[in-house]
Amino acid sequence: MKTFRLDWLILPLVGIFALLLFWQILPEIPQFKNLPKPFKTWEVSKPYIMEPFAKRGEQDQGILRFTWYSLTFVFKGYALALLIGTPLGFVLGASRTFARMFDPLIQILRPVSPLAWLPLGIVLFEKNAPAALFTIALCSMWPTVINTAAGVRAIPQDYLNVAKVLRLSRAATLFKVMLPAALPYMFTGFRLSLGLAWLVIVAAEMLTNTPGVGGFLWQEYQSLTYEHIILCILTIGLVGFGLDRLMSVVESRFRTA
Amino acid sequence: MARPFLELKNVSKRFGPNEVLRDVNLSVSEGEFVAIVGYSGSGKTTLVNLIAGLLTPDSGQVLLNGTGIAGPGPDRGVVFQNYSLLPWLTVAENIALAVDRVNPNWPAARRREHVAKNIALVNLSAAAGKRPAELSGGMKQRVAVARALAMDPKILLLDEPLSALDALTRATLQDEIERLRGESGKTILLITNDVDEGILLADRIIPLSAGPGATLGPAVAVEISRPRDRKLLNTQTDYHAIRREVLGYLLGPGGRRAVKVSRLLVLPEIEPDDLDSKFPGTPRPLRAREVHREEMNIGL
Repeated sequence: MKTFRLDWLILPLVGIFALLLFWQILPEIPQFKNLPKPFKTWEVSKPYIMEPFAKRGEQDQGILRFTWYSLTFVFKGYALALLIGTPLGFVLGASRTFARMFDPLIQILRPVSPLAWLPLGIVLFEKNAPAALFTIALCSMWPTVINTAAGVRAIPQDYLNVAKVLRLSRAATLFKVMLPAALPYMFTGFRLSLGLAWLVIVAAEMLTNTPGVGGFLWQEYQSLTYEHIILCILTIGLVGFGLDRLMSVVESRFRTA
Repeated sequence: MARPFLELKNVSKRFGPNEVLRDVNLSVSEGEFVAIVGYSGSGKTTLVNLIAGLLTPDSGQVLLNGTGIAGPGPDRGVVFQNYSLLPWLTVAENIALAVDRVNPNWPAARRREHVAKNIALVNLSAAAGKRPAELSGGMKQRVAVARALAMDPKILLLDEPLSALDALTRATLQDEIERLRGESGKTILLITNDVDEGILLADRIIPLSAGPGATLGPAVAVEISRPRDRKLLNTQTDYHAIRREVLGYLLGPGGRRAVKVSRLLVLPEIEPDDLDSKFPGTPRPLRAREVHREEMNIGL
């Protein structure tokens, strides 16, 4: 590939510019006439971006304030997912019997969409917030479970032999040998889980109408402010990207030889 | 001879259908350095794992000081072939893991001192803060030796500790092992595939026959006075006699058994195909004269 100075900056900018151009032209087609053009989107979204933390009313707040609501919510659900998923993955990785018992169940439950879990959550918890938390946790924990189990299975026998020869206690073997050995796999699971949790939150907010980026998106769709839908989509994408980068940095710090 | 320190009585071990060790008898007295020389894949590591307690024999007994062993323990320091250092811990931390386990009652300062002492013993003080990935193979193996020594074991089990190293590093580490033996006076069992290594280091060399169903051959005493000089070793008359004896067993009675393999050969068809056949290409039954059974001997 040809490279030139600042290509890392210029090439992505070219890509963004191409998309903007496409976006500018698309509404010219009668079918897509409802799509707001880039400049119009910017004009209408400006108050939400320039005053990102403003609170003008329950459904009329700065975009970062909404993002903050969503993030705090996502972290609650994510924490729940890790709390359940990590030990579950460890048990599945360590015990062949358990793995045989529950692996088919996991494979069946894993592809179920958050949209399917949410109504069940509402039935179980009778309130929107815990139902949404339930959904986020349930949908986002699978990568953690599966990667943790894979990580535990991949622990070299050599390391376990060392633990045996030193006659480490069960707890010491777990915390000083198995956990550090499985950690790189686990963090990959954590990163994928966080991405899923962020994906689920938007769906959950839309259906339960809780304040947040997803809730805002749905409400602006109802009130025909289509520019804000695009604002929300871009925000969701940027935040998701940011979260993934952040987790990658953490992940690489825990990578052992 | 005094009561054997380590004793194996008719130990056999099989993994599923594969018989690995058959009727292994071994006795090692205290302070002795015994080298077991054998083919790769003949069950040397299985033998070490049995003595270490990582495996239990199917039949027979492993006795240490007259009592049967129950599982692994810090009285037997094992140096594994592939170092087995924990990559997320530094050299000092890897050794501290062993020290903390064996001497939990020592004050922290004494444990730290003990770790440092053992690192110094293998000349690695400068690398104490490094992780295994930053070390060369020889250095890693030194750490593994230091970790085993730090537990102050009664016997040191060295499972092909040098076979992954280049010849020069090997020689340095051989000298190191010889020095450690002299200083600590520990009982050492060295597993190796190099007869010369055994002659250089050991008091006795025992050949392990080729598997399956490997067993120990007659022991050969190495009565060459220490310190033994690698450069002068092959000028000693004993050297050649020992070498001949060990290799004689390994290549002779303890060698790979010849295996008879038979296979079916189908000779090429010489009849033309019937082009008008309704089912062209349909295989017809083989005739007896087309089939040829061939037998051949594989092995030495």
